[in-house]
Amino acid sequence: MNLLPYTIYLSFAGALLSLVAGRRSAAAARGVALLTAVACWGITLYAACGFTPSNQMIQLVDVTWISQLGIHYHLAADGISLTLVVLTGLAATAGILFSWNIAERTGEFFAFYLALIGGVYGVFLSADAFLFFVFYEIAIVPKYFLIANWGSTNRLYGAMKLALYSFAGSALVLAGLLWIYAAGHASGFSLWELAQAAAGLSHPQQVVIFAFLFTGFAVLAGMFPFHTWAPTGHVAAPTGASMLLAGVVMKLGAYGCLRVALPLVPAGLEFWQPVIAWLALAGILYAGLVALVQDDFKFVIGYSSVSHMGFVLLGLALANPAAMAGAVLQMFSHGVIAGLLFAVVGRMVYERTHTRQLAELTRLPLHRLMPFAAVVFVLAGLASMGMPGFSGFPAELTILVGAWQVSKVWALAAALGVLIAAAFTLRAIQVAFFGQAGAAAPAAGPVHLYAPITWPERTGAILLLAATLLVGLRPDLLLNWIIPSLQSPMMQAVWIGGTR
Amino acid sequence: MNYGYLTLARALLPEMTLVAGALLVLAYDLIRGRRHTLPERRAAALLLGAVALAAALYDSLAVGALGPVYGNTLMLDPLAVATRAGVLGLALLTLGVAAGARLPRHPAEYVAIILFANTGFTLMGAAHQLLVAFVALELASLSLYILAGFNKDSRESAEAALKYFLFGGMATAFLLFGFSLIYGVTGELDFSRIALALAQTGMTPLLALALVMVLVAFGFKAAAAPFHLWAPDAYQGAPTPSAALIASASKLAGFTLFLRLLWPGLGALAGQVATAGNTGGWLTLVALLAGASLLLGNLAALAQANLRRLLAYSAIAHTGVMLLGVIAAETAGAGPLFYYLATYGVATAGAFGVIAVLEVNGGCQRITDLAGLDRRSPLLTGCLAVFILSLAGIPPLAGFAGKFFIFAAALQVGGVAGPAGWLTLLAIALSAVALYYYLIVLKQALVAAPAPERAGRIRVPTATAITLVAAAAIIVGLGLFPSLILGLF
Repeated sequence: MNLLPYTIYLSFAGALLSLVAGRRSAAAARGVALLTAVACWGITLYAACGFTPSNQMIQLVDVTWISQLGIHYHLAADGISLTLVVLTGLAATAGILFSWNIAERTGEFFAFYLALIGGVYGVFLSADAFLFFVFYEIAIVPKYFLIANWGSTNRLYGAMKLALYSFAGSALVLAGLLWIYAAGHASGFSLWELAQAAAGLSHPQQVVIFAFLFTGFAVLAGMFPFHTWAPTGHVAAPTGASMLLAGVVMKLGAYGCLRVALPLVPAGLEFWQPVIAWLALAGILYAGLVALVQDDFKFVIGYSSVSHMGFVLLGLALANPAAMAGAVLQMFSHGVIAGLLFAVVGRMVYERTHTRQLAELTRLPLHRLMPFAAVVFVLAGLASMGMPGFSGFPAELTILVGAWQVSKVWALAAALGVLIAAAFTLRAIQVAFFGQAGAAAPAAGPVHLYAPITWPERTGAILLLAATLLVGLRPDLLLNWIIPSLQSPMMQAVWIGGTR
Repeated sequence: MNYGYLTLARALLPEMTLVAGALLVLAYDLIRGRRHTLPERRAAALLLGAVALAAALYDSLAVGALGPVYGNTLMLDPLAVATRAGVLGLALLTLGVAAGARLPRHPAEYVAIILFANTGFTLMGAAHQLLVAFVALELASLSLYILAGFNKDSRESAEAALKYFLFGGMATAFLLFGFSLIYGVTGELDFSRIALALAQTGMTPLLALALVMVLVAFGFKAAAAPFHLWAPDAYQGAPTPSAALIASASKLAGFTLFLRLLWPGLGALAGQVATAGNTGGWLTLVALLAGASLLLGNLAALAQANLRRLLAYSAIAHTGVMLLGVIAAETAGAGPLFYYLATYGVATAGAFGVIAVLEVNGGCQRITDLAGLDRRSPLLTGCLAVFILSLAGIPPLAGFAGKFFIFAAALQVGGVAGPAGWLTLLAIALSAVALYYYLIVLKQALVAAPAPERAGRIRVPTATAITLVAAAAIIVGLGLFPSLILGLF
């Protein structure tokens, strides 16, 4: 457990090192990046092995940082953060495997990549709001350069949109945090101190502060109507970066809502609960319907991400332990599945066929040309639509059960979202991979023989598939970590404030 | 009382060192210069100048915080010591920038005038009396006008100097008028006795006029909107090291001077901005200047295609935050403001250092001139990224910490219930807008491909390389350990 902070330091050190190694050769930079990511993932798994679930945060580091403002360098972990750092390690490793073919400015690519990962680990482990915010912002800038430099369609636009949305969101968060600190006369920036300071503020102030904090974080979680950066950003990003964006960066927003917005101002949740729930439902349904009619394969996956993150936001808004445990499980599940889907679309298909238009893909018998990609995508698609046996099923089921306890209408609307997810996923599978399945012979035109799927791609895909299967079959592995953490003293306030 | 000449001489040791250094630079060039080439003369002048600055820096630290000197003429408190050290450090950076910039035709004179300007700056940091403050400010300003127009062959440089001089001269007139009114009402020159006198009289119409005069002058000198018009032209036309000095050290010294004049001196006339409603003090005026600067600086910067003008508008926006720091100094003291000024100065001077090197290698006016910088010089790109991201306020760089401290302090003035709180929320919102234009700069440097005629690798002169790396290290170091500066106050 005490090794967990080294995930942060190792990632940043790896970023510098791969920058240096990239001057020598691309292979060296790749090696450094993979080693760093695997080492960090190893640390998280090692910590997971020695983890005993409890309702207390495990303190990792706590030293005074800026004494004048009572700011501490305070890292701590509980079951929720552990779930997410394990996800980060997995997504980072898989993402590097799927970025193996980056040939241009490889060192810089992996430097930005690992800097982003370092920021993500930092966010998941921070227990001081200032520190949390610092890591949160550190994660923004590398995203811009990853997309702008190595992206595809409309990359400059997508990158700038993503950066500005993220930064606008974090400005809201900063305003909210400073408001609590100044108006509540907090003695420091630890989450606990801020929660106490916020409790002393008037109810209208708490309601406004909650809106600042929650909206700020929810922008990054892709909450409707602030989700529009997500599809454009995901589509523009290079495969490895899309995997990270959908896999872990959107979770930063959801985690911020869960760890900062809800416990600091639980009274705000009580006030805003219906609004958030309806926005989350609107996201689930609207993004699902939009995904149903996309022409671009990657946009289908981009919108499906928004739809699935809607479940996370719904789970958070319901403010009961079952739904929230489901939300955390869904964060993990979506991180793995979205990574897998983007890997197939971006790396396996697009970089070989050089098209993402479904109308063109349907003319290619991809299920015979790329059987491995087809199998992986079908499995990932099944997981994505919530098939039992894969991680999406227990996650969404738990959220639906939680929703049913609060409002039957919400539960039914969310269940409709599951149906829509099945529809757009099946359509994508059918059109993209089995377009020619019914035809007697391949249509006219030469059939290309594509480069075989490489070993990094196979390894990455198998890792992610194994993770979604494992959690799908044994969701209790993660739920046993998550549920005790939801009973922590900070979260108790959410249950009291949020459910009546 | 402490009217001893010996104490005075000791307190003024840094200034004397600087003047002696300036004369030495001139004398050496006069005597030995004609046997050397221009680059050699520049190297000698810069070396002597750097030694003089380093000696003055040592002096100011060795003298330390003596407290009031020669009655109350000078005040050597921690703020004064920090300001002296800060401006001298920034001037050292400027010399490093000059080492990589275009050759001036008279390098020794150039360095000597930088030293004279710094004499003014250090004196501004310690001045505690109207006349000393005025003389120090004018010494610094006159030197800066010359520095802005030093490139005699360039029309832009001449235009920059003329605009700067005309606006500055006007501001001086306003300032002098304001000072004379204050003296006329109170009959006192030194700040603490003015404060005592004002505590008796309170606000009068004549004093209100004096406050407006002083703040108009302050607005001009600090390039706060709506008195900012000279800044974009001066930043664009002035020789690059001069622009770096104008943007960094002169801002630090100016804000220290006015902070001292406003809070301890005219504190009785401050009024309040904690809650809504005009109580008729100078805080309202400062808040207006801050709001106008924040809005105009950030929005106008969005439309700039010229890198130097962009930095100028960004400087105006930063002035808005600094003015917020002046407001917050009531509760938080000078610490957050000084931190912001010092780190902003380092980042801006560093950015101008990168521009200076590029100017020698094919020119650098438009933002697109940065295109492909990462393939031309990774060192410059890395340093530029640190400076620009610090200006944008991205952690863990110093620019973020500076903004954070000022915002936290300003919100503590009265929560979000009054102008101070509204301004803070405005500043936070605009910092998201600002990211756009800073990213545009970095996009050219890190993403765009180099123009074919400017694809060659850039060789950065050693002195400039050391300066830039040191500046970047300061930005990162102070960003990670802000207590090093905050703990001084």
